[in-house]
Amino acid sequence: MSDPILALAVFVACAVEAVEALTIVLASGVTRGWRSTLEGAATALALLAALVLAFGPAIAHLVPLGALRTVVGVLLLIFGLQWLRKAILRATGYRSLHDEDAIYRREVAELSSIPRSRGGWDATAFTVSFKGVFLEGMEVVVIVITLGAPSGRLALAAAAAGAAVLVVAVAGLAVHRQLAEVPENAMKMAVGLLLTSFGTFWLGEGAGLSWPGKDAAILALLGFFSIVTFALVRLLGSDQRAEPEIREEAA
Amino acid sequence: MGRYLKAFGRFWWEFLVGDTPEIALGAVLVLGLAFWLDEDRILATILLPAAVAALLTASVLRARRG
Repeated sequence: MSDPILALAVFVACAVEAVEALTIVLASGVTRGWRSTLEGAATALALLAALVLAFGPAIAHLVPLGALRTVVGVLLLIFGLQWLRKAILRATGYRSLHDEDAIYRREVAELSSIPRSRGGWDATAFTVSFKGVFLEGMEVVVIVITLGAPSGRLALAAAAAGAAVLVVAVAGLAVHRQLAEVPENAMKMAVGLLLTSFGTFWLGEGAGLSWPGKDAAILALLGFFSIVTFALVRLLGSDQRAEPEIREEAA
Repeated sequence: MGRYLKAFGRFWWEFLVGDTPEIALGAVLVLGLAFWLDEDRILATILLPAAVAALLTASVLRARRG
């Protein structure tokens, strides 16, 4: 019952982070060359996969299920609320939208100003690409492990994350540009809602609560938090329209 | 070694707390509420989502003021 929701949550979360990483990889590849850039991205992906393989099964087998669900519930709740809060503030204009075009231009300008090394291998391209993919991917690793381990669906979560990386990479390389048209904030809001729902569910289960309807309670929680989010967007949106100045905040 | 541990600790602090300490603290309070209510299934089913919704609302309103 919760498998498709779990896969969807991981897929969308990973796609959002992959779009952000792709912007950095493309900026590095276009300005510094593709070989070192792709090596940096591939190394980061391999390291992230190794982290999931090393910690995922270990956590799932060594930590008692009740304790695991409690800790995971708290972590997912924190992540979910952080994502949801950011998405609501961006949707209502209290925080500037994540502008992939602007980030791409800034990265290109910065990377172009750094002198190239004489050899074929470009340490700057490798480092920038590695850091971009690794830092964006760390959150996905935590989401894959926290969603996959307590439900015994680590392979499904990892496959969903891998599929998202593949889809975004193929789309990005096919159009050979950053994916600025991707509705990133709507995706972030959807992930925030899913993580918050899973977090509340597992936090309750970990504390000994048996939710009515078992896994179906996740859908009820999803519906409830969607209504709360919609109400907050409407409330803050109407406030913001009354104030002509939009507060700009660093992305 | 100490420098790496400090950087590791700072990474996780930024990751979990960052600029939203109210969310991290609130999540722990919701957990406490869940354990406190574990005897009362109906009340817990109502109060846990309500507490999470209140936490989200408080955090968003705090950001709007800030």
